[in-house]
Amino acid sequence: MSDEDDIILSELNDDDLVAQMFDDLYDGLKEEIEEGVNILLERGWAPYDILTKALVGGMTIVGHDFRDGILFVPEVLLAANAMKGGMFILKPLLAETGAPRVGKMVIGTVKGDIHDIGKNLVGMMMEGAGFEVVDLGINNAVESYMEAIKAEDADILGMSALLTTTMPYMKVVIDTMIEEGIRDDYTILVGGAPLNEEFGKAIGADAYCRDAAVAVETAKTFMARKHNQGATA
Amino acid sequence: MTNALSRLMTTRDWLLADGATGTTLFNMGLQSGDAPEFWNVDHTDRITALYQGAVDAGSDLFLTNTFGGNAARLKLHDGQSRVFELNKAGAEIGREVADKSGRDVIVAGSVGPTGEIMEPMGALTHASAVEMFHEQAEGLKAGGADIVWVETISAAEEFKAAAEAFALADMPWCGTMSFDTAGRTMMGITSAEMVKLVGKLPNAPLAFGANCGVGSSDLLRTVKGFVDAEPTTPLISKGNAGIPKYVDGHIHYDGTPELMADYACLARDLGATIIGGCCGTTPDHLRSMRSALETRPKADAPSLEDISSALGGFSSESDGTDGAGPTRAPRRGRRRS
Repeated sequence: MSDEDDIILSELNDDDLVAQMFDDLYDGLKEEIEEGVNILLERGWAPYDILTKALVGGMTIVGHDFRDGILFVPEVLLAANAMKGGMFILKPLLAETGAPRVGKMVIGTVKGDIHDIGKNLVGMMMEGAGFEVVDLGINNAVESYMEAIKAEDADILGMSALLTTTMPYMKVVIDTMIEEGIRDDYTILVGGAPLNEEFGKAIGADAYCRDAAVAVETAKTFMARKHNQGATA
Repeated sequence: MTNALSRLMTTRDWLLADGATGTTLFNMGLQSGDAPEFWNVDHTDRITALYQGAVDAGSDLFLTNTFGGNAARLKLHDGQSRVFELNKAGAEIGREVADKSGRDVIVAGSVGPTGEIMEPMGALTHASAVEMFHEQAEGLKAGGADIVWVETISAAEEFKAAAEAFALADMPWCGTMSFDTAGRTMMGITSAEMVKLVGKLPNAPLAFGANCGVGSSDLLRTVKGFVDAEPTTPLISKGNAGIPKYVDGHIHYDGTPELMADYACLARDLGATIIGGCCGTTPDHLRSMRSALETRPKADAPSLEDISSALGGFSSESDGTDGAGPTRAPRRGRRRS
């Protein structure tokens, strides 16, 4: 590429820089994202605005194109990695400035299921959307989910299963939450290759999410609903 | 190279492969979370029954119970030191069943994905992937497998690593990928791209194709994509018996033996040579497929419309090979070097 094609990030105005950061996230360019975040901080942007307007905005495009079959897992992983670079800079600043919380999710594959690529992808995309994610890893018994959602004060519980033999365990977890009278304190999202919407309904989840992009959109919708309810209560 | 599978392929127009391994074992009492490969040593009678079911139903080839038998998968069950032993045992049981059958039956040593993401996106290096696949292939070879068969792969890098490992083990091989995301693999590979990938491998497989994925109609769309890309290697079609449904607390694949018989003939008419099932495919399905392949005459290659009207619609409008799929929105048009 010739010199005139080179873009100097610091020479762009705010709008162009944010638009360029969208493209750089799309292309998974971690160093450029880190540079962009630092420039915006120098220009006096609030950390929360950088997160929501530049990073989450860019990851939303990545999420939509993943959902629509334009981008696939490798590109999404690279984008998420670039996002992580930006988040690493912002995280301590967000805590210091007391920025509003987007939401917190506890996620893990259910007991007996050791397949975690899908779950990891959802975790990354949720982080990309500004959520805090507590990853319980694979093979989680009901006790492990129960302990984590309480200890972490989570908003959302995400359960994943790749096997037709492990997916019914999701109902065990939800039934336990009902017994303890805490079911309605959490939004429950389920996913995994053999699941479908019908199954999600049958076991009493709030939603089945076909892929990581849908999981993010669904989580956002439920969080918005929760905030509205909080406002009117 | 002369080996049992290429010899058999010269005498026959099509070969019937096997059906489900995992779903069959669960019906035999395997608990979710247990490694099926341990049964190659702990419950040899059940693994014998699994293989025997396919052979008695008319399969010319079956895959061994070693899908998760690589070090990365077995590590999750603390069995990473047993790779050679478990693969050898799985192949030995297969060898015995095949030899007793009284006809030519191929024992194909199943090799599944590592379950890890390869560099640069993930942490798994090419060298360690090759090493893991090689270790597994040596076990299968020692147990008497005729060929090794890598399946359900989604990344081109992992497919290449397996091919390299099989060359090191000096084993003839077959390989299939799983096209489950809008007609592509999870990593975005189209059917046409797989044909290119296979064409460039230094040690070509005996046959390649697709397994698992969504339903049988999607699988045949993928096979049609292979054919349209003019491959020089025989094709494999191993589709699921329909789609899993949740009925009264149990999971049931909705594809009937009749549907799978139609699927098998359509696969043959498209040009597939090795035809079988995957998840949900029982010996009843296999019997029905065998009898249809033997009795129904070969017909012209079906169109996509023929496939969807016989087996049901596709999971996505495009599979990425027709240029009609969704594309990226216009960008700012500037990229840095």
